[in-house]
Order: sequence, then C-alpha cells, then structure tokens
Amino acid sequence: MIPELGQFALALALCLALAQGVLGIAGAARGDRIWMAAARPVTQGQFVFVAIAFGCLTYSFVTNDFSVSYVASHSNSALPLPYRIAGVWGGHEGSLLLWMLMLCVWMTAVTVFSRHLPDEMVARVLGVMGLVSIGFLLFMLFTSNPFLRLFPIPPDGRDLNPLLQDPGMVMHPPMLYMGYVGFSVAFAFAIAALLAGRLDATWARWSRPWTTVAWAFLTVGIALGSWWAYYELGWGGWWFWDPVENASFMPWLIGTALIHSLAVTEKRGSFRSWTVLLAIFAFALSLLGTFLVRSGVLTSVHAFATDPARGVFILIFLSVVIGGSLLLFASRTARIGLGGGFEPVSRESFLLTNNVLLAAATGSVLLGTLYPLALDALGLGKISVGPPYFDAVFAAVMAPALFLMGVGPLARWKKASLPDLAVRLRWAFGVSVVAALLLPFALGQWSALVSLGLLLAIWIAASSVVQLRERVRNAASGAGVWARLATTPRAYYGMLLAHLGVAVFVVGVTLVKGYESERDVRMGPGDTVELGGYVFRFDGVREVNGPNYVAARAEIHVSREGKTMTRMYPEKRIYRVQNQPMTEAAIDPGFTRDLYVSLGDSLGPTQWVVRVQHKPFVDWIWGGCLLMALGGLLAASDRRYRVASSRAREQAYAAAPAR
Amino acid sequence: MIAGGVAALAVSAALVLSAFQKNLVFFFTPTQVAANEAPQGRTFRIGGLVAPGSVKRRSDGVTVQFVVTDTAQNIPVVYQGILPDLFREGKGVVTQGRLGPDGVFQASEVLAKHDENYMPPEAADALKQAHGNGLNAAQKTLVVPGSGR
Repeated sequence: MIPELGQFALALALCLALAQGVLGIAGAARGDRIWMAAARPVTQGQFVFVAIAFGCLTYSFVTNDFSVSYVASHSNSALPLPYRIAGVWGGHEGSLLLWMLMLCVWMTAVTVFSRHLPDEMVARVLGVMGLVSIGFLLFMLFTSNPFLRLFPIPPDGRDLNPLLQDPGMVMHPPMLYMGYVGFSVAFAFAIAALLAGRLDATWARWSRPWTTVAWAFLTVGIALGSWWAYYELGWGGWWFWDPVENASFMPWLIGTALIHSLAVTEKRGSFRSWTVLLAIFAFALSLLGTFLVRSGVLTSVHAFATDPARGVFILIFLSVVIGGSLLLFASRTARIGLGGGFEPVSRESFLLTNNVLLAAATGSVLLGTLYPLALDALGLGKISVGPPYFDAVFAAVMAPALFLMGVGPLARWKKASLPDLAVRLRWAFGVSVVAALLLPFALGQWSALVSLGLLLAIWIAASSVVQLRERVRNAASGAGVWARLATTPRAYYGMLLAHLGVAVFVVGVTLVKGYESERDVRMGPGDTVELGGYVFRFDGVREVNGPNYVAARAEIHVSREGKTMTRMYPEKRIYRVQNQPMTEAAIDPGFTRDLYVSLGDSLGPTQWVVRVQHKPFVDWIWGGCLLMALGGLLAASDRRYRVASSRAREQAYAAAPAR
Repeated sequence: MIAGGVAALAVSAALVLSAFQKNLVFFFTPTQVAANEAPQGRTFRIGGLVAPGSVKRRSDGVTVQFVVTDTAQNIPVVYQGILPDLFREGKGVVTQGRLGPDGVFQASEVLAKHDENYMPPEAADALKQAHGNGLNAAQKTLVVPGSGR
C-alpha cells in the first residue's frame, strides 16, 4: 500500500511540475499576474508530494518491505537502521528520488527567499525549474521507478554494498546532490533573464547567493566523497581521477568560474554573455555527471547497472537542455550588451584570466574523462587515461590561477597599475618566497614541487593579510580598527575565508604528495616496522562479530621514541549476506599527520600482510575544502542580498524598457 | 594582447595534448599480448580471469605471482603489494604494468572491483574476444552488473 502511495505521489508531483512550468513561463510571457502568482503554491505542492514519495520509500526500507524490488536489492533485515535509511540513496532509482527531493528543496527555497524579487522574474525561474523537474520525474516514472514490486517476495534482501555501509555514505550523496541540483537555480536565473531579454547587474545580484550556496554544498559533497574514499576503500588514496569523481569536479570548476564571473557582472556589468554561458554549462555538466554515473557507461570502479533506455533518455534530456539553452542564448546575444569596458591590467582582466584557466582545466578533465568513452563507443579500442595526465595538467593550469588569486582582489576595477600592485605586494611576495624556500628543509627534504606548492599557498595567505590591512586602513570612517573590521561586509570575509581555504588545501596536497610514505610488510605477533619516526608493533589478530559481518581485528601498538602513542585496530571484514570481504583501515588522525594501517591478506594462522602509511598534513585537504565552503556560505549570507526595498526595485524593473 | 592570448592558448593546448598522449594507457587481451601486439617498455593494461590455482606468494609475503587468462592464452603476472579485497582465483581482473623481456607482466596496479558480481568490462571483453560470443553459462553469471556508489 505504502509503495503505491509513493508512486501515486510521484505522478501527482509530475502533474504539478507540468502546471508549474506552464504557469511560470507562459504566465510571465502573457504578463498574467494570477498565473504567475499560482506558480509559488504549485511549486510548494510539488515539494510536498515528492517528500511524501521519499517518505514512502524510506518507510519501505525501515520496515524491510522486500516486496519492493529496489528495497530487496539494496537492503537486508540485518542491516543497521541508519544504513537502511541511507540505503534509500544507495542505488540508481533511490538516488534519483533524492535528486528530485533536492530539486524541490531548492525550488521551494526560491519561493520562500525571493519575496523581494519581481513576480515576473520568480515566475520565470520557477517555470524553468519546473521544466527540469518534468524531465526528471518522467525519467523516474518510465525508466527508474523505485516503487516496483517484486513477486515472489524474497525472504530477505540482497543487502547494501558493504562499501556504502558507512557514515560518509550517509552524508556524501545528499551534499553532492544539493550542489549539483543547486546549479539548476543559477541556470534557471540565467534562462529567465534571457527569456526576459534583460541581463543586467540586478540579475547577477539575485543569482549570486544561490550560486554560491550551491557551490558550497558541492564543495562539501566532493570533499566528503574524497574523505570517504580515503578511509573506506582502505588504501589511503584521496583522489583517483576516477570518472565519477571527475563528473562532480567539472561542475565545481565551472561553478567556481561562474561565482567570480557573476561578481564582475554585478559590479561592472561586464562579462554578461560569458556569465550566462557558464551558468548554462555548470548545470549541463551537473546533468552530464548524472548521465555518466547513472547510465552505466563508465568502465570505472564505480560500476552501475547498464540500461540503454536510461542512457538514451538522459542523452535526449541533456541535448534538449543544452541545445535549447544555447539556441535561446544565440537568439538573444544581440540584446545582451557589453557592459563596462576595462584595461588589460585591471581586476576584470585578472578575473577573466582565472575564468579562462578554470575553463581550460575543465576542458582537460572533460577530455580525459570522455575520450576513452568515445573511443570505446566507436569500437576503436579500450584505453584509460592515467592520473599522471590529470596531475600534470592540473599543476600547470592551476599554478598561474593560484598566483593570480593573490593579485586579483588587490587590483582596481577598470584600470590597475602593475608597478603599484608590485609595491603593495612586495612584502607578501618576499615573505612567501623566503618561507617557501626554507620550509621544505624544516620538513625534511627540499624539492622544487614542494617549494612551489608552499610558495603559492603562503602567497595566497600573505596577500590576504595585505588586503585586509589595506581595507582597514582605507576605510572612510574615522573609527578604530575593530569598528572598521565590524563594518566590513560578510561577503568580503567570505571571500577571504574561501581563499584561505584554497591555501590550506594546497598545503595539504603539496605536503602529502611530497612526503607521504608507505610500507607493505609481512607481520606476525611481536614484529615491528618503522615509518616516519613511528614504530608499529603487530600484537596479533582476533575475531570479532559485527551486526552483519565477522571481522579479523588486528591490534597495532604505535610508539615514538619508546613512548606509547596509540593503539590501532585495522579489520578485515566479511559481510555475511554478500560474502564480500572488505578492508577497514585504522586511522590515527592528527593536525600534522595521519597514521594509516590496513590489513592485507592472511598468510597463515598468525601472519598477515600489513600496509602502514604516514600521511603528513593530509587532513588539511578536507579542512581547506571546509573553509572554502564556509567562506561561500558566509558570503552568501551578506545582508545586501537580502535588503528588501523590493517594491521600489520592482517598479523600476517594470518601468524600465527592456534592452 | 589578443595575439598573446591566442599564443598562450595554443601553447597550453599543445602541452595538454602532449601530456594526454604520454599518459594514454591501452588495453590488451592475453591473446594479443601472446601475439606480441602489446608494446615493449610502455605501460598498458591486461584483463581476463585469474587462472585457478595460479596464485603463489613469495616468502616475503608481499610479492604475488598469478596467471591472467582469457582461456585461450595465459600471461604470467608478478605484483608487489596488497591485492584488492575481491581478487580471487577464477574471477575477473584487470591489471596495469609493463611487459618484461622474460614475458612476465610486471604489474604496478591490480584494479579493484567494488562488487562481488561485477566483472571489469575489459576483462569481460577479453573473454568474449577469445571465445567469439560463445560465453558459457558460468562466465555469463560473472557479467551480471552490480551496484556501486
């Protein structure tokens, strides 16, 4: 009964999505106030029905209703409750339902937080999002229905993949999807502005907080995925350039470019066409990510069910979305206008350069991800593109971008002067060069790449200090330093924090790449191995029972200079239902290093292969991502995005002739 | 400035493409390797089944020898390190490395599968090529796609 209720709710949600699309777009085109006003409640209604459907599927999971095919293949009665709930998005159908729920959350957020926007704009935005929602609901109902029943009813489920039975898995997909789907808001704003034929500073200002929040969620989502891979796959890698990872990274790169391009469009009116294109591509890449992961085209460690109907549907959907938006864009380019001009040396130029670099980085990831697929599809052989390609290209493209991050925020709009910038930044530059040259010696061994990485990170941090200092000094008010700091807008602090996050991230990547060490050794009781100044002693293995697995749990005693530091308990688990072995690494996290121990194969009753790893500063990688995301949220909460004066603005908007 | 921009773009595109070219890893089946179609001294991938009874461990515990087969040809492989959890005799495997002058494949990576029922597509492909399309029922069950993240 409950699953049928869920399916019925989805069908009703589809009806409402149709109504939302028509009322929003046609209403705004006809200038019909009643239609436009109806778009909001219809959107909220759709949210209610999708939430009901989601609730029904969750209920089926919680109550172990194995008559539902999706539940039977992704759960088991022995599965602990939190993972039964996370199982809702542990497979294809359920994760689409999560996608839909997120889309509804964003749409409802638009209806709630856009009271200060003109009705016409809101109606168009909701209309565009309604169309996206129609596409996804059709996809679910026709190719990926999570509520399909199974007969005969199996006595128990096939269990959730043990790799997904993990707290990281509970949080990673919702965060990632919040980010993916969040770019639909930026996309909808861009399309709405194109439909209205007015791309101006107000459009950019309305779009900015939404884009930044979506970007922050995506940042957290990607970081969680990387962290999950680090501790759950058991071998200590944190980024594999796997197509699924690339699929989430490409929208992030374009989204980062979009945030900065929107800033220029809002402040100076420039880059309008570029901003619109970025908004379209950020969302298109989110859809492409969904396509890559969900259609089963990938020959990657993340294997998904291959089903051509799904692939064809997503491809058609993707071409309609991208093709339609680009057509609309092409038909409106004449009316977009150029905005303020700028000199070759100006903040606009620096931001443009960074945008181009980010776009180039995206292009190279796209090439490395899609080229093997294209060759395979054309029957030209199977190839793979290794991490060295991505590493080399990324280091080359991102190094100048990171350098410009230190200069851009200090440059004037419109026209800046290089000698002036050089004078203002000379201390920051000197400090970072000296520190970058000397620090590697303190850390152990000097190497050019480590030095370069540290140089860029310290440069970003030092130039941020210069910025803040200048800001306080140049502030108009005669008040003291604290008062000036207090009047500095949150958007500015958000930018500083996010940039510092990048610096922290770069430090983490540089040091872990430069100084990590690992050893694979055969160990029996009492054997020791030394790594990174720590002595690991193997104290034997005993059997332990988990709720749905049995494990061999080793005890590793860790000491440094004779003093006991910690005890670590890596496990080799066998999950009973799928009879699948899994390595559960033991990690001793620290501010300056992680110790990482995993159990390999058993070589007899007491002997095991053990991998010990020393990973300096690895946690800075995710810490940096967290700072970036916090910076984004802080910037998005700036009060100027919320300032009402709505009536006045709406009247101005209605009165001004469309350009 | 425009000329400079175009030049910079051209240089970076050339760099990207050369890095790309250098890091392409091609895939070969054991039959192709046996026919000397695989390059000497360059990294490539092979895939197939781990031949039953072929896995042997040297006394250091971390060096493993096994045989990858597409049921037509066998390629001996040596790997130093920890094998993925789902590495088993008789199951599909993909491994990356170089072919030594002695005809032994020196693996630098043995690729993990995330799921017991999932067969790496390359491995399935190698078997299919060796057999035409006459996969027997036992092997077919290996190709049932599983689920992952």
